[in-house]
Parts: sequence; C-alpha cells; structure tokens
Amino acid sequence: MRAAVIQFPGSNCDRDMAVAIRNITGAETKLVWHRTAELPDGLDLIAIPGGFSYGDYLRSGAMAARSPVMQAVIAAAGRGVPVLGVCNGFQILTEAGLLPGALMRNAGIRFVCRTVALTVENSQSAFTRGYANGEKVRIPVAHHDGNYFADSDTLDRLEGDGRVAFRYAEDVNGSARNIAGVLSAAGNVLGMMPHPERMTEAVQGGSDGRRLFEGLIHQIA
Amino acid sequence: MKTRIFVTLKNGVLDPQGKAIHHAIEGLGFSGVHDVRAGRLIEIEHEPGLSKSDLESMCTKLLANMVIENFEIEQA
Repeated sequence: MRAAVIQFPGSNCDRDMAVAIRNITGAETKLVWHRTAELPDGLDLIAIPGGFSYGDYLRSGAMAARSPVMQAVIAAAGRGVPVLGVCNGFQILTEAGLLPGALMRNAGIRFVCRTVALTVENSQSAFTRGYANGEKVRIPVAHHDGNYFADSDTLDRLEGDGRVAFRYAEDVNGSARNIAGVLSAAGNVLGMMPHPERMTEAVQGGSDGRRLFEGLIHQIA
Repeated sequence: MKTRIFVTLKNGVLDPQGKAIHHAIEGLGFSGVHDVRAGRLIEIEHEPGLSKSDLESMCTKLLANMVIENFEIEQA
C-alpha cells in the first residue's frame, strides 16, 4: 500500500498524518510538496492535512486549491483513489470543487479547539467501514473556519445519498445540520473538520480515529 | 489602469463577522444600525487591454467562492 500526504506552505498536521497512516496501515507514505505537478505512481491513498495553508489568505484553502499538485489530486480522485482531507484539507477539497459546499467562519467567531462527540452517519464508505452506523466517537477539532455551508437543495441531496459521513453530536461551529464530514458522490473523497490522526492511540487521549485508517487497509490491499 | 472588485456574501448566507462588527458598533454607543455585512475589496492594477471577461474569470476561478459569495467589478 502506498500513500501520499500533500504539504503546502503552512500545513502543520502533515507529519502527524503521515505517522498515523504509516503506523496504522503500514503504507509506504511519502510527503509530497504542493509545487509537484505529478504524484507518485500507484497511490492507494492521498491525504490533505490540516494547517493554515498560505496563512488562510483570501479564504481558507483557496490558494492551496489552485496549487499545481491539486490538478493531479483531482485526476486521481476521478480514477477512484481515496482522498482524505482533514480540517484545512477539507477546506481545500471544497475550494477545489471535489466536495460541495464551503467552510465559513465559526458561528461564534472564536477558534474552537477541543475534543467533540461525533455521530457516524454512514459506515459504508472506505473511510468509515470500521465504525457502526449511529456510533458515537470522540475526535478533536481545532479550527476557525469549520462552519459548513451548502444550500438546502445540496444538503438534502447529501443526506438523501448518504454522503454525510460524520455529524457533530452538538452544535460546535454553526455547521448546517451539524455536518462534520462529507463524502463525494462516488464515495472515495472524504472531507472532515475533526482530526482522526490526533486520536489514534491511548497516549493521545483516545483512539477513536484509529479505525478510520484501519478501514482503509482492507479497502485498498 | 485600476479595477476594483467587491466580493460580498450572498443573501441568505449568515455573516458571523458582520454580526460581531454590528455588536461592536452598538457597543460604541451608535444606535440605528440595522445590519452589518462584511465583504472584501480587491484592487487590481492592470494593462488597459485586460478584458472584462478575463476579470470575471479571475473572480469565478479564485477571487470569489461562488458557493457563498457574489462579486461586482468596478472599472475606473
């Protein structure tokens, strides 16, 4: 299994993400700089990590979404390669048009940094197959712009098609319908604000994020 | 030549920043303000030959997020 973690100027969860992928899935995991126009061959997973790419200039994720590497990520996603975007990675995926909607400033204006309860809404995807439908998990969030917005038709379609992967158990940031994570139509792209890579072993305060990575092993190998 | 591009949130999209600014205005003792919406002004210096459609294309591809924002182009 081979994985790539994309690094943008201002990414800061890239190494944590690479460690989580490497330790849990055993994948040969490469860090790939955003100026690279081509990705390594034969990737089984692409991760877009959290951070503050380009200092959140213009809009969170807006500049990174137009980086050279993103054309390769979009092409790989089109071929069915699993793409996981966490936090700033989720913002980048929406800005790149790989996922619908947008992530706006938290409704309370404040940066939210704490462990939150999530409900697993769809346990059928490549990323969530290690969880049970309706299961409650605890995963940390750390963001200023996590307030998910999409028009009500889009939200209805997402819910109807089972594309809401995770929902906050309570209002965390004003997100429409408490949506915390969204899948692409084909199901191989997941964007989520909470950080599963920060909850993979007891020393991190819990391991509820671990099964997301474990689920990918079986899917891919 | 200079063009000004105004990027604003679409109607119906909540604006937490505008709301906070509104509260701050009231906190300063000003009354009679009904609503505040915050946007972004982008000034572009360019060759006179740059077409309106190129400017529009810059807006839809980068300067505005069409899911939540509208833009207006004001040429001097």
